[in-house]
Amino acid sequence: MSKQKMLQRIRQAKPEVTPLPEIPGFAVPAEVLPILFKENSEKLGSRVLLTASKLNLKEQVLQLFPDAKKIASPLSEVDTTVDLGDISDPHELADIDVAIIRGQIGVAENGAIWVDEQDMQHRVLPFITQHLVILLSQDKLVYNMHQAYAKTQVDQTGFGVFIAGPSKTADIEQSLVIGAQGPRSLTVILD
Amino acid sequence: MNQHAQKAAAFIRNAERTRWHDDALWMVRSKRDTATHDIPEWEQLRELGSLVKNNVLSKLDEYLDEFEANAQKNGVQVHWAADAEEHNRIVHDILAKKKIARIVKSKSMLTEECHLNEYLIEKGIEVIDTDLGERIIQLKEEAPSHIVMPAIHLKKEEIGALFHEKLHTEKGASDPQYLTESARQHLREKFLQAQAAVTGVNFGIAETGGVVVCTNEGNADMGVHLSPVQIHCMGIEKIIPKAEHLGIFTRLLGRSATGQPITIYTSHHHRPKPGGEMHIVIVDNGRTDQLGRKDFRNSLKCIRCGACMNTCPIYRRSGGHSYGYTVPGPIGSILTPGKDLKKYSDLPFASTLCGSCSDVCPVKIDIHAQLYKWRQVIAEEGHLPAGKKKSMQMTSWLFARPKLYRMAGKWGRRMLRLLPKGLIYNRFNTWGRDRDLPEAPKESFQEWYQKNRRS
Repeated sequence: MSKQKMLQRIRQAKPEVTPLPEIPGFAVPAEVLPILFKENSEKLGSRVLLTASKLNLKEQVLQLFPDAKKIASPLSEVDTTVDLGDISDPHELADIDVAIIRGQIGVAENGAIWVDEQDMQHRVLPFITQHLVILLSQDKLVYNMHQAYAKTQVDQTGFGVFIAGPSKTADIEQSLVIGAQGPRSLTVILD
Repeated sequence: MNQHAQKAAAFIRNAERTRWHDDALWMVRSKRDTATHDIPEWEQLRELGSLVKNNVLSKLDEYLDEFEANAQKNGVQVHWAADAEEHNRIVHDILAKKKIARIVKSKSMLTEECHLNEYLIEKGIEVIDTDLGERIIQLKEEAPSHIVMPAIHLKKEEIGALFHEKLHTEKGASDPQYLTESARQHLREKFLQAQAAVTGVNFGIAETGGVVVCTNEGNADMGVHLSPVQIHCMGIEKIIPKAEHLGIFTRLLGRSATGQPITIYTSHHHRPKPGGEMHIVIVDNGRTDQLGRKDFRNSLKCIRCGACMNTCPIYRRSGGHSYGYTVPGPIGSILTPGKDLKKYSDLPFASTLCGSCSDVCPVKIDIHAQLYKWRQVIAEEGHLPAGKKKSMQMTSWLFARPKLYRMAGKWGRRMLRLLPKGLIYNRFNTWGRDRDLPEAPKESFQEWYQKNRRS
């Protein structure tokens, strides 16, 4: 067991203690948060819908994904074709077309949305689905990451993640390609 | 001997390709600038990042202890590895105990540094790198040339040919969209077959015992959440005290790396999935030695964004492979001499000392100052190449004799004007190999000053 040996060596090598800094409250722009959130989300390839529309959620999803066969969601207000409660092995989610989940916090400065294990039921759901829809209340928006972490308890569940767009890569000659190993699209519905 | 200069010379032989490489990285640097200008408190954030990391280094043992205790409370199995060999053995033991034959891996410079892939493959385990860039170089049997963009040195036509051979894509196809889609299908199969997933760690939170992994592709999460066993390999310096400090580092990392306001996925892993196993391997592998070097311990503050590479005039024109180490560029050149001073003694010289690396570093590491300090250590320890050593000795001998120096200057200026070009640009004049010497002035500054000071 190397633990004690490693810690002992660190004790001998480390510098004198320096204090942790205070993180100040940074200025927040005067612009309206939903508008900033939309702008910044779109920069990372998300589609943001501000629900002025009278359509209900079910129709909205059908309109967005007319060809979707398998729709999964832990939310009761969504019509699904897959019952997540029946699934014990995450591999069974491999052919999900659309997953719909609710986000807890949205960050206007970068479009990131916090979701944890409870929001997705299966940890792999928001990654393995071909398309992801996140519902988010406008009153859950904050401006920056400091405010977001102040409102989140990162270890509330076993897994939590900030999602800021569809999966993407630029590993081939710096050409942006949306839909790397995760979802091909992210739609955020601000309600 | 590492021979950066020779490898760089081979790289720049293709002028058009050098230009392309240079431009690609400069574009990323420019995007970084735009992204940092978006937040008025950018400089303040860099300072905060630097101060938090200073504190981490000064209490590293306490934070690691706290981290382990909290992780264990969460049901996570924590392992300690003093070096690469122990790290590889621990990972293999975890896999062997479960008779695991197939694993997927997301990007981790630590496991590259430890050569985990080779170790596991030798033991008969299939290891698939799942970051697209990493998968490309794995198929090509090369090392990454950049820590954030591992395949930045390859052209799409080369990747097309590689995929045609290995993944049976259409011959001659080189469209990035098409190639990425083919890799997606190929990797999906691997994700679904994998029995364990290995990831690197961007941040380990002492207060909560969890680890944070950042990706754009979602590959780390696909692997981790589908496999019954998840293993996170973490260098000791990745610890941060509290979750609130992630506010600072998530704002710094994406902007510095690729000019994004944040990576697409910032995943916080705290407990194993129901019925699953979660392991964290804490690795030293030379880091404590660096911690003990007062002048160089700051290099451990690095959050691996790659900004110093993208901005470096030498890196951009010599390519990552010329450095001969997992982490290339300016930061690699201050980490490597601590690992093997003799072997990497040329890397601190692979720099113009322009200081751009220090200017863009999100945690304010004094990279160029450390490069300069390493040069002094290398000279003192006698690792300078003979030519450089001799010329330094001659110069210092001359500088110590002002009269002789003035005379030599006078003669030198005259000779430079009079001698034929062929004689001046001889094989001892390495500076003049690719450049013209400046035109020699008629008088030295000292002569000018003496003439003019009284007027």
